[in-house]
Amino acid sequence: MLSVDNLHVSVDDTEIIKGLSLRINLGEVHAIMGRNGSGKSTLANVIMGHPAYEITSGVIKFKGTPLEEMEVFERARAGMFLSFQYPSSIPGVQVGTFLRKSVSAVRGEDAPSAREFRKELKAHMEALEMDKSFLSRYVNDGFSGGEKKRLEILQMLLLNPTLALLDETDSGLDIDALRVVAEGINSITPTAGCLLITHYQRLLDHVEPDYVHVMIDGKIVKTGGSGLAAELESKGYDWLEV
Amino acid sequence: MSGDTAREAVGDYRYGFHDPENATIRFDKGLSEQVVKDISELKGEPEWMTEIRVKAYHRFMEMPMPSWGNCDMLNQIDFDAVTYFLRSSEGTEKNWDDVPDDIKNTFDRLGIPEAEQKWLGGVTAQYESEAVYHSIREDLEEQGVLFLDMDSGLKEHPEIVKKYFCSVVPASDNKFSALNTAVWSGGSFIYVPKGVHVEMPVQAYFRINAKNMGQFERTLIIADEGSSIHYVEGCTAPTYSTESLHSAVVELIAMDGAKIRYSTVQNWSANVYNLVTKRGIAHSNATIEWVDGNIGSKLTMKYPAVILKGEGAHAEVISVAYAGKGQHQDAGAKVHHLAPNTTSNILSKSISKNGGRSSYRGMLQVTPKANGCRSKVVCDALMLDADSQSDTYPTMEVGNSSADLEHEASVSKVSNDQLFYLMSRGHSEEEAMGMIVNGFFEPFTRELPMEYAVELNRLLELEMEGAIG
Repeated sequence: MLSVDNLHVSVDDTEIIKGLSLRINLGEVHAIMGRNGSGKSTLANVIMGHPAYEITSGVIKFKGTPLEEMEVFERARAGMFLSFQYPSSIPGVQVGTFLRKSVSAVRGEDAPSAREFRKELKAHMEALEMDKSFLSRYVNDGFSGGEKKRLEILQMLLLNPTLALLDETDSGLDIDALRVVAEGINSITPTAGCLLITHYQRLLDHVEPDYVHVMIDGKIVKTGGSGLAAELESKGYDWLEV
Repeated sequence: MSGDTAREAVGDYRYGFHDPENATIRFDKGLSEQVVKDISELKGEPEWMTEIRVKAYHRFMEMPMPSWGNCDMLNQIDFDAVTYFLRSSEGTEKNWDDVPDDIKNTFDRLGIPEAEQKWLGGVTAQYESEAVYHSIREDLEEQGVLFLDMDSGLKEHPEIVKKYFCSVVPASDNKFSALNTAVWSGGSFIYVPKGVHVEMPVQAYFRINAKNMGQFERTLIIADEGSSIHYVEGCTAPTYSTESLHSAVVELIAMDGAKIRYSTVQNWSANVYNLVTKRGIAHSNATIEWVDGNIGSKLTMKYPAVILKGEGAHAEVISVAYAGKGQHQDAGAKVHHLAPNTTSNILSKSISKNGGRSSYRGMLQVTPKANGCRSKVVCDALMLDADSQSDTYPTMEVGNSSADLEHEASVSKVSNDQLFYLMSRGHSEEEAMGMIVNGFFEPFTRELPMEYAVELNRLLELEMEGAIG
């Protein structure tokens, strides 16, 4: 479903990703681990299409279509979702309105009726232990770190993507929030592909990855099963450096 | 500017249509003492009003153009090319069916009769110089509420008009208030008796249809002790290649404990000069609120003002301005704290796009006698591209050290991260921009009646279309 072939990415003429390949199929959970600055977040942002990043060579395809041919919003409508590490605040736009508009933009003809939407929303918010007062607040405006992450996961559940990119969704969460967020992720993975970007083991205690990739200096240097995450937790990254 | 370029400049201006002009009386272009006297005579006005007009005419001729603001644009106004009076209907009707068909069609297209049925307590519809339709709900009339067009107000209640006319905005206040006082026609006259609360908003709608037309409505609202009213004003004009002039004067008087809210969304086409003087006097414990939206026009100069004359009076001025290509919105607020324990809040938000310019011009005055005043001024500007311009001219004159004053100002740009975030949720760049812009204006929009808020959001979304490259 997602294929990345020999990807090179630069920001302001500095190369961040230096030849990376990856394949994600429907139903697979991939975790990418690595230190800060290894290029993990860049990968997630470049797949979604952040304008600050330039692909200097290599190809990313989603469901067979090269992503360079798709605008950011078209990627979203085609089923891609990015849970942001630092979601932007949109002052004056209420969460409820934003969610309704986003669901109708992304799901198009399959968007639920107003009544079904309210039902879905209520169920997901209960699962994520979110109070309904959230809906009248402005998007991410004055939100705590944990509230922002919950809102990201709520959007993911409502938009029902086929590929979810989760960029450091576990950072800044307490144990309860982590559990709730992990349950959200687990609820979509049977029908979606998922790329988890993290540098902690702890999210992986709740979400079991099929593959763990270690990223160092813009490349994947090692790929293994879920056991690799535990190994990294105890041994660190130094042993993998060339 | 040809008709095509005019249309291009304003984008998809939905109200740019015009109807054939069927004037029953049309004055020759240009202004003279005779024109002023003719308007007064035609209306059968009392002599004192004719005198006020003539005196104001001479003041207008003597006064120089303002030497501040957008002088280049101001000096383009050709006062000799303006038609100062145009009557398009024989009278003011109480029933839409009696309004001439072409004029009724215009207001149908603007949705006024429909809005009236749904949510308004009364409506005045002004076409060119005079009101063509006017009605008020019976229950309000029974409570003694007077809601008339200004010409009828003068005919039926000359004693009230004589007492208050020019009492808040003297003719000589500025060049354009002098002009308005000389040639005024139409506008609203409202009197709310003691203790009466008008629950549903009353609305006036101003439409310019003819080319090179000058519209000079005059509005006077008096809320007697402990009463309240919400007045809503809307305005549009066709898109011609030559300019029209709209120069209104609005005077509000809120007696002890009364409350007046005056909401405007001006959406003039981008060939209209909108030079308006709006001012209110708030007596003890009274409240005056200006909710002022400026979306259209070529040049707007408008600074809704409140004179806090009585102890404990309160002023609220919430304004937004949107300046697109070729537009300059020079707007703001003035509050004069003349009495102790008076309070004011000013919130001004502006957006500039495609080379448009928005300016905030504000005045906050606290006189030496006014102990214990509080005021908060917040100005936020949002720039949508690098070609646009935003500037701020705040003035404070504080003569009493007990005053508690706050001033905050910010200029921001739409960030790439915000756009990327919204686009990653399936919204095109234009839709994303529309959401950010609507969000930015939200503190204003939520103060409007629902129907106006929806319309404003839609207008702003339209403005974002086809504008991103």
